[in-house]
Amino acid sequence: MIAFQVRKSLEGPNGLLNLDLNIQIEAGDLVTLYGASGAGKTSALRILAGLMKANSGRIVVDGSIWLDTSNKIDMKPQERQVGFVFQDYALFPHLTALQNLEFASTDSTNKSQIAELVEIMELEKIQNRKPATLSGGQRQRLALARSIVQRPKILLLDEPLAALDITMRLKIQTYLKKVHERYNLTTILVSHDIGEIHKLSNRVYVLEEGKVVKQGTPTEVFFNQKLSGKFKFKGNVLKIEKEDVVYVVTVLIHNEMVKVIAQESEIKNLNVGDVVLVASKAFNPIIQKIK
Amino acid sequence: MNWEPLILTFKLAAVTTILLFVIAIPISYWLAYSKAKLKPILETLVSMPLVLPPTVLGFYFLIAFSPNNAFGNWINETLGIQLVFSFTGLVLASIIYSLPFMVHPIQSGLSSLSPSLKEASYLMGKSKTKTLIQVLLPNIKPSLLTGIVLSFAHTVGEFGVVLMIGGNIPGKTKVASIAIYDEVEALNYSAANSYSLILFGITFCILLVVYLVNGGYLKRFTK
Repeated sequence: MIAFQVRKSLEGPNGLLNLDLNIQIEAGDLVTLYGASGAGKTSALRILAGLMKANSGRIVVDGSIWLDTSNKIDMKPQERQVGFVFQDYALFPHLTALQNLEFASTDSTNKSQIAELVEIMELEKIQNRKPATLSGGQRQRLALARSIVQRPKILLLDEPLAALDITMRLKIQTYLKKVHERYNLTTILVSHDIGEIHKLSNRVYVLEEGKVVKQGTPTEVFFNQKLSGKFKFKGNVLKIEKEDVVYVVTVLIHNEMVKVIAQESEIKNLNVGDVVLVASKAFNPIIQKIK
Repeated sequence: MNWEPLILTFKLAAVTTILLFVIAIPISYWLAYSKAKLKPILETLVSMPLVLPPTVLGFYFLIAFSPNNAFGNWINETLGIQLVFSFTGLVLASIIYSLPFMVHPIQSGLSSLSPSLKEASYLMGKSKTKTLIQVLLPNIKPSLLTGIVLSFAHTVGEFGVVLMIGGNIPGKTKVASIAIYDEVEALNYSAANSYSLILFGITFCILLVVYLVNGGYLKRFTK
């Protein structure tokens, strides 16, 4: 059980940001902080890990007080049992993959645990290679494995999958779910990807301007308001072409290019680069199993 | 040819570099990470030897270390060290004179590392000292090498400071650069030339090694 209540004023990209959070997380949960960049998600993780000082607040994890500004308690990051996967992975470039894992161990007794992690994360083949020679996905797996070596109470993941392509992302999501369950972790994930959130987490906090504006299960947060019988996707117009009597508008939705037929009247105010909403009635789309 | 000045030069450079390395690491660490208001002042002081004529530095050392004044007297009385016209004095002056050449590369090396490396190590329960020695320093080896070699080479090339505070005592403070000056004064050009040529050759080789190592040429060659 994590009780996390902090205030902090930050110099954000959009001016002053007042982070004001009060979140309770049950042990064993995998929760996501969701929100636009600059909403204070990363700062919240850093405060929880002790890497950033809060102006005021109280953090209690499993009954032990990590931070209590009114009683001047502020546990050092070294003493908080936190596993952290950084956005840039923070692998030590001078050490091999295995040495990176060993560096995280506190004593020699958990040799077998490292071996187990190597196996679960499928790192056997790259054990003796240095981070510079690894692919993005391998680095990610190594960083994830390294953050668990110490058996942390909380695992914090700062947009760990943002830099990976979709296939790799799906693979790592599976690993993440596996270790979360295997090691009884309480995990906090920062993510932008609604699909990923839906797949991994059981609770979402939506942050806006440093405050939680919405919380609940991913379905409650993301899908309830959309049960209008329509598909709606936001996208960018890439191309507008005339074909016979109609116009074909190519729209980029996430990573997919979609062609939409439009009438002349519809494209009148449309230019390349515009953000558009592509919507469809529910009886129209075709559903097909692909996996 | 008398080899004494050359041996003394390299002895001075070696001792200075070793001590400077130990001293410069905490200073560089502080300069790289501190947000203290005093930082610009310390940064300026460290960089002063870059712009100040060595004779100015030497002059103030001479005044400060002289047994005739309070500080020099105190050192002489309590520690029994005579700093003026002695090898110890030369080492101390050289350390201060070459300080920016060691501190600057290490400081910029540390600043260029991603802060998450340090933070990751802290979260693994490692202390600041352990993090510095096991994570930060091994990842700035080129900066360390640059600092060591530049300090060494700069100390070899020292003249003004040595002349002011060390004088010209054979075997004690008469280093190669002073010996060259001495020989030229005595119109003994061939001796001056041998000293000069040796210094030229050695410093060229030292710097060449740095560029070869830091540029990765050696690694490519051995592959």
